[in-house]
Amino acid sequence: MNYNWNWGIFFQPNPMGTGSYLDMLLSGLALTLKTAVLAWIIALIAGSVVGVMRTLPSRGATWFGFAYVEFFRNMPLLVQLFLWFFVLPEILPRAAGLWLKQLPNAPFWTAAIGIGLFMSARVAVQLQAGISSLPRGQKMAATALGLTTVQGYRYVLLPMAFRIILPPLTSEFLNTIKNTAVAITIGLLELTGQARSMQEFSFQVFEAFTAATILYLLVNAVVVTAMRFLERWVAIPGYITGK
Amino acid sequence: MKHFRSIGLALAATFAVSQAGAQELTGTLKNIKDTGAITLGFRDSSIPFSYLDDNQKPVGFAMDICYKIVDAVKKELKLDKLEVKLNPVTSATRIPLMANGTIDLECGSTTNNAERQKQVAFTNTHFLTASRYVFKKSSGLKSIDDLKGKTVVSTAGTTNIKQLTEANVAKGLGANIIPAKDHAEAFLMVETDRAVAFVMDDILLASLVAGSKSPGDYDISKDAFSKPEPYGIMLRKDDAAFKKVVDAATAALYTSGEAQKIYDKWFTQKIPPKGLNLNTPISAELKNEFAKPTDSPNPDDYK
Repeated sequence: MNYNWNWGIFFQPNPMGTGSYLDMLLSGLALTLKTAVLAWIIALIAGSVVGVMRTLPSRGATWFGFAYVEFFRNMPLLVQLFLWFFVLPEILPRAAGLWLKQLPNAPFWTAAIGIGLFMSARVAVQLQAGISSLPRGQKMAATALGLTTVQGYRYVLLPMAFRIILPPLTSEFLNTIKNTAVAITIGLLELTGQARSMQEFSFQVFEAFTAATILYLLVNAVVVTAMRFLERWVAIPGYITGK
Repeated sequence: MKHFRSIGLALAATFAVSQAGAQELTGTLKNIKDTGAITLGFRDSSIPFSYLDDNQKPVGFAMDICYKIVDAVKKELKLDKLEVKLNPVTSATRIPLMANGTIDLECGSTTNNAERQKQVAFTNTHFLTASRYVFKKSSGLKSIDDLKGKTVVSTAGTTNIKQLTEANVAKGLGANIIPAKDHAEAFLMVETDRAVAFVMDDILLASLVAGSKSPGDYDISKDAFSKPEPYGIMLRKDDAAFKKVVDAATAALYTSGEAQKIYDKWFTQKIPPKGLNLNTPISAELKNEFAKPTDSPNPDDYK
């Protein structure tokens, strides 16, 4: 192959005047992490609420949970972000649409909320599966103790269900980080976006994407390790997940 | 005796020629001769340089130039038949595909600059374009200074966004610059009032405006962010023999006046598939360049 490798490119100044090319990639990494963390917080909160609703005896709550999950799970993330960013402001009243469009950092908020809602549907399904996997007697025992439904979930069902689904939640978190790359389509210059800018400016394609790959791998390695520690820390002997 | 001598001479001559021929053929030229095929990289939406018409066939100004180069290569290699293969490229794939030998020429709208010449080579410039901005007539943003404090969009990774950033600092505009993933999206941002102006190569702006829902609503600024920068057909670096053939072919085309006809066909007349007319007569700079073709990446060389 007739390619001019240049690994020193990372230390050369980037044409935007914001330091070296490496600084450009690192600023992208910072944005990736910010987006992923905010999206994950949204996913955990919304996903937990919807996941619980899907297991409640109320038919209305179950139906809402079903509709929510099917709406967010069945549409490609790319299409969802496009809808939130370009289509939503157009169907709102003109003043509200214009306010939304001229919001500072609109791509960041749209990406974080959009990815968060998309992932929340997956968290909801995981949590529902976790709660359903508990023996039926647990719920009955909680009721027998005189706990209300809220207390039953708070003190009996959720602590166990969350421990069971912790390993799959780790991979959902990793997916959230990787999914932030889609935000490039609405103009968010996260890690993938900066790698693309770098290759456009310097034409050093392989170096740019090698660096991006390594950075993603490093971040994911940190997350996996941290989640292992968390699993060990919350483990209770005698539970399904305990030793 | 005489016969023998002339046969010997003829043999020696043939030998010398074939040997000389064998020595000359290296790199891309050798590949083309061996495989009987040349591969052109085209863009699918770089109107009017290289894009797909309604039969999904790549056409455009740069494609026409590339076909002229193909004719010259065919003549140079004395081939009866030269198969032309077409391979789609994007701004992200054009370098890897050029480096690994998938494409031999990239026929599109790639800016020829010094940074890129570290990676690839370019033949004589086929177009010059300056960085300007498109805006809605109703907003009346006639000069760059009118962009003060406004939201301005450009495409991520282009030389244009770099020039916009520099001007923003140098002129103290305090504009909010947002990057878009591609030209279509950036234009959409102006169309939907998310940004007031889109900074890009003026010719690309002209084609976006011509293809929009209401071309009459938009105007392109007189003010420019840069000197006219050259576009070139891209080829592999360090392949002097091939570059020589390609350079000679483009130089002959540009100086003969035929290039002017091809130019007019794509820039001042209706073009497929929708019958758009870009209404962009040839600039004085490009006219000079056609008279004296050059592959210089330096905008100052085109005055």
